[in-house]
Amino acid sequence: MPGTNGGASNGTSVTFLEAIKQAMFEEMERDPAVVLIGEDVGVYGGAFKTSEGLLERFGWERVIDTPISESAIIGAACGMSYCGLRPICEMQFIDFIVCAFNQITNFVAKGHYLWNAPAPMVVRGPSGGGVHGGPFHSANPEMYFVHTPGLKVIYPSTPYDAKGLLKAAVRDNNPVLFFEHKFLYRRIKGEVPAGDYTVPIGKAVVRREGIHLTIISYAAMMHTSLEAAEALAQEGIEAEVIDLRTLLPLDEETILNSVKKTNKCLVVHEDTKTGGIAGEIAAILCEKAFGDLDGPLMRVTSLDTPVPYAPSLEEYFLPNAKKIFSAAKELARY
Amino acid sequence: MKKELTRQQYLDLYYYMRLNRSVEDMMVKLFRQNKIVGGLYSSLGQEAISVGTAYALEKKDWLAPMIRNIGALLVKGVRPRDIFMQHMAKYDSPTKGKDGTSHFGDLDDLHIVSPISMLGDLIPVMTGVAMAGRYLGQKTVAMTWIGDGGSSTGVFHEGLNFAATQKAPFVLILENNLWAYSTPVRKQVPLANLADRAKAYGIDSYIVDGNNVVAMYSTAKEAVERARAGEGPILIEAKSFRRMGHAQHDPAEYVPKEMRAYWEARDPIALYEKFLTSEKLLDARDKKEIEEKINALLAKEREFAENSPMPPPEFAETGVYCTGDDCHKIRAKWERPIAEVTPPRSSVEAVWTVPGFGSGEGSRGANAPMHFGDTQAAETLPAGAGKPAGKPPAKVTPQKTVKTAPTGASRKARR
Ligand SMILES: Cc1ncc(C[n+]2csc(CCOP(=O)(O)OP(=O)(O)O)c2C)c(N)n1
Ligand SMILES: [Mg+2]
Repeated sequence: MPGTNGGASNGTSVTFLEAIKQAMFEEMERDPAVVLIGEDVGVYGGAFKTSEGLLERFGWERVIDTPISESAIIGAACGMSYCGLRPICEMQFIDFIVCAFNQITNFVAKGHYLWNAPAPMVVRGPSGGGVHGGPFHSANPEMYFVHTPGLKVIYPSTPYDAKGLLKAAVRDNNPVLFFEHKFLYRRIKGEVPAGDYTVPIGKAVVRREGIHLTIISYAAMMHTSLEAAEALAQEGIEAEVIDLRTLLPLDEETILNSVKKTNKCLVVHEDTKTGGIAGEIAAILCEKAFGDLDGPLMRVTSLDTPVPYAPSLEEYFLPNAKKIFSAAKELARY
Repeated sequence: MKKELTRQQYLDLYYYMRLNRSVEDMMVKLFRQNKIVGGLYSSLGQEAISVGTAYALEKKDWLAPMIRNIGALLVKGVRPRDIFMQHMAKYDSPTKGKDGTSHFGDLDDLHIVSPISMLGDLIPVMTGVAMAGRYLGQKTVAMTWIGDGGSSTGVFHEGLNFAATQKAPFVLILENNLWAYSTPVRKQVPLANLADRAKAYGIDSYIVDGNNVVAMYSTAKEAVERARAGEGPILIEAKSFRRMGHAQHDPAEYVPKEMRAYWEARDPIALYEKFLTSEKLLDARDKKEIEEKINALLAKEREFAENSPMPPPEFAETGVYCTGDDCHKIRAKWERPIAEVTPPRSSVEAVWTVPGFGSGEGSRGANAPMHFGDTQAAETLPAGAGKPAGKPPAKVTPQKTVKTAPTGASRKARR
């Protein structure tokens, strides 16, 4: 993958999942104010084993198994963060984050604005489809939260970014939601450097340079977009591919710079179409780069339905390289 | 009421109840003069609860008020001007006009967490505050309040259950004032005593006459010290009555006249004055002195509040995010050796190992360590459970470590 590690490294190649585990391990090692709280995170090491070994190393006080009470997890983490701790909350599947929607959007997100109370906490968990998890284990709920001032929302696509951004999230003084696309957990490997590093929150990255159009994506669809870009190159269409990495705050500068160069923009996301980040990007381009556009903003997204269960239905529901390829080709020819 | 406090403590309780009522009386005047921006809620007749319970806390302890707990804020050290300015949306108010009423806090000094309107949300948050205090070795207790109506929310149960599983040093005051807006308590909960809810979480509870400030204080004091000593969360049901409507706009015509009359005859301040007088703790001169002190203080506080400007409009755009160290230096205040919670001392030993457990991808495979409950569980394990046996022990449930509630929540009840 081009640009995966964003720079030189002599580290090792690890899975996406391992990168997340390393980030938590290293942050807990670095700072005793960091604790992990969630369902089955201790003894079992998390439903996906992202916290395996943390209990043995850091003990019961820092790796806290909870009842099945998402509002209590978020609420308690918020209370801890008011006392100078930096809790990491695990949602067993990110789908369950909406059980704590009120705590996150009303309590956690508004505190700094209203009464000057920072809540340095992270909420993370496995998200996304493509693994036949069905309608309640495949969600991409990022946009509920991108619409909430006071939160930061991260959705990485590579092991390097996952580790560096999770570390940055733990050190950030604001509540950060960190979405981990479970399709990537064991399928994607990448280099991470040996030492400590962070990736800045709020900065997108150009994964592939191109001149004919810009494809903007993130998380699992970033890989699918790169695949489509390779196929497009076979036909002489050079797509620039941007990985957003952070959805809130959105890196407008990187988006605008690219579109001003290519004059065309296609947004690809696994989230459903209506109300997805593509709409926000379209608005930004209309406001700030209207004169630069030589074609309509196009979207390749999931359908506006719940995530269906049967593989044939889910495949139809999700974007794929073919759909991206044809949309991009149409746009390039526009 | 039985005499058990120092004279100063008795007089403090009296002072704060009077101050609580006077602050609210003054806000009614401000409300009628259209100087209050939003709604105005009253704790008339419930002052003994807020004052008595908050008075049981130490300075380092944490509280989070609900809308009818202005008394608790005053006891914790909030200035009346801050309460006035919050209601008037002034720029010098603790939230600088960004929020109103008792929705403000102070993390650094007074240890107050701001409530939000959503009822029940404070319960897990204060559980987290309690857990953090314990983790950091501060020996602090966290306290918050909830109404009879608020006790029906899901987050009440999630929060209190979690606090119970964690044995968090947390005290929850359930103010049963018989009404939640227009809904009577019997439509809220099919229980005669809301304290019985504690049984569901295996925690202790008390039932107290919410119009008796001494009973409120001494029960809260006992609960706070038990929580501090590690006995886990405690629920206190304070039985009282909401004398005003839900807020200023509500004439509360749904409340039966007889009910109102019954409770008006049991005004907590009047009852307490009677007690203080009969115990010779307060005479007419003391009373007048206290009144004058409060009047002088509130005149000053009100003047300050009225002179404070409204926030400049552009201020609306600021402060959504913490910008880092320049904005907030976030530091945990450790009062125990960090070595206790960092490796190697934080490391825990497996209670037993299970051959082949989790031998799937990404796991350590054979002989993965198993832990159970907290360390106490090991003592209750069947013999041989510590060895990597062929099969996990059949019965692994440890003894309950959470102390169960005594039968009848009123073991320690003060009615
Ligand atoms: C979750 C939630 N739902 C609805 C409301 C609106 N509301 C505010 S106060 C109130 C009644 C509360 O009654 P209770 O908890 O008994 O407290 P009291 O007003 O008697 O002090 C209601 C319904 C709210 N604040 N939060
Ligand atoms: Mg009530």
